[in-house]
Amino acid sequence: MIGIVDYNMGNLASVINAFNKIGASIRVESNPLKLKEYDKLILPGVGAFGDAMQHLKESEMDSAIIDFVSTNRPLLGICLGMQLLFNSSKEFGEHKGLGLIDGEVVPFNREKFDHKLKVPHMGWNEIFKKKNTPLFNGLRDEFYLYFVHSYHVQCDNRYVIGKSYYGYEFVSAVNRDNIYGIQPHPEKSHKNGLKIIENFIEL
Amino acid sequence: MEYFAKRVIPCLDVDRGRIVKGVNFIGLRDAGDPVEVAKRYNEEGADEITFLDIGASHEGRDTIVDVVREVAKEVFIPLTVGGGIRELRDIYNLLNVGCDKVSINSSAIKRPNFIDEGAKRFGSQCIVVAIDAKRVSKDRWHIFTHGGRNDTKIDAISWAKEAYSRGAGELLITSMDADGTKAGFDNELNYKISKVVDIPIIASGGAGTMEHIRDAFIKGRADAALAASIFHFREIDIMELKEYLKANNIAVRI
Repeated sequence: MIGIVDYNMGNLASVINAFNKIGASIRVESNPLKLKEYDKLILPGVGAFGDAMQHLKESEMDSAIIDFVSTNRPLLGICLGMQLLFNSSKEFGEHKGLGLIDGEVVPFNREKFDHKLKVPHMGWNEIFKKKNTPLFNGLRDEFYLYFVHSYHVQCDNRYVIGKSYYGYEFVSAVNRDNIYGIQPHPEKSHKNGLKIIENFIEL
Repeated sequence: MEYFAKRVIPCLDVDRGRIVKGVNFIGLRDAGDPVEVAKRYNEEGADEITFLDIGASHEGRDTIVDVVREVAKEVFIPLTVGGGIRELRDIYNLLNVGCDKVSINSSAIKRPNFIDEGAKRFGSQCIVVAIDAKRVSKDRWHIFTHGGRNDTKIDAISWAKEAYSRGAGELLITSMDADGTKAGFDNELNYKISKVVDIPIIASGGAGTMEHIRDAFIKGRADAALAASIFHFREIDIMELKEYLKANNIAVRI
């Protein structure tokens, strides 16, 4: 059974639909004490980093997630859920994250853009595969997914499994041991996205 | 090299849960079924799908929510709903079943603060402000309502700017002059708006050929192009269009 961590940040209908489409058993879980019952976890999220961390702390989901990954079971963070895996974010002040992967979350730096672009980065963009990972099984070396974000992760290349280009190259997918994170929304990315979800189910 | 893709968006008119203005697909069991039609567009390479609820009476609200709920179970690309969105509750109900964005038009004109409230509560990324504009002189466009019959006298470019500063995440610009003509988008209007806002612009109204769509991206600086009948009546195949755009050095998702 796969659990979706429900901590009151955004609606989960699309994530649930995508897993259902593939035929996976999935349940929305808002009780931190029950996280340990799942085989795998999804950490979704839209909204602001600070609010999300506050909700995770108040619901005591933060320590439950950290306990879960210490048992080596797979976790996939999607969009804001990926960003929360890192040490900190500069979104509306400085906020501490879950600290599961070393790195930080920073806003798109318009001064570094090679041409004028709009922020948020919203739409279809390519992920360039940077490493062989079971999460990207069956996908080409570059593939389109749907993004909606204004901040992105900065971390050591050893955690990077995918990068994308928007004004400059940035980290769009990460992995450390059993922990995975992806910046775009696989649940809104047609076949490529469903393939990633299927790969996660099969981990 | 640009990787970030320009988007192609088919628009479906829905009335009481059914697709209207006939969709001409071969092999569809039911051309009025939003799920079937959306699935087909999804398979053909549409980057998003927009539903315009043209009935949009208050009783009809639940029907569009049902439509989105069913479509979102089968179609995994962004979905937008426009028509009859009047309160935060309408937005909530749609997002809650798998809708990604709502497009607000007359409610925003009546009460511009609705844009701020929607953006604050749900995030700018899901608030699209739809602007129906008609040229009234060489350099001036007004917002029109009631299908182009009523001139609000509001300047379209200043309204675009205002919608942007109030937190709209995207603008859907429909040229009431070009709409239905199949003679091309109003690229001048779109270009002028693109100069004053820093959010994506969806060009709408006037698509007749693949060249028109290319020009909307190049001349009009649009980020996405929306069309209805040329896709419904198979005058343009979305995949062929994308191949054509790619050959014209426009990044698209193929």
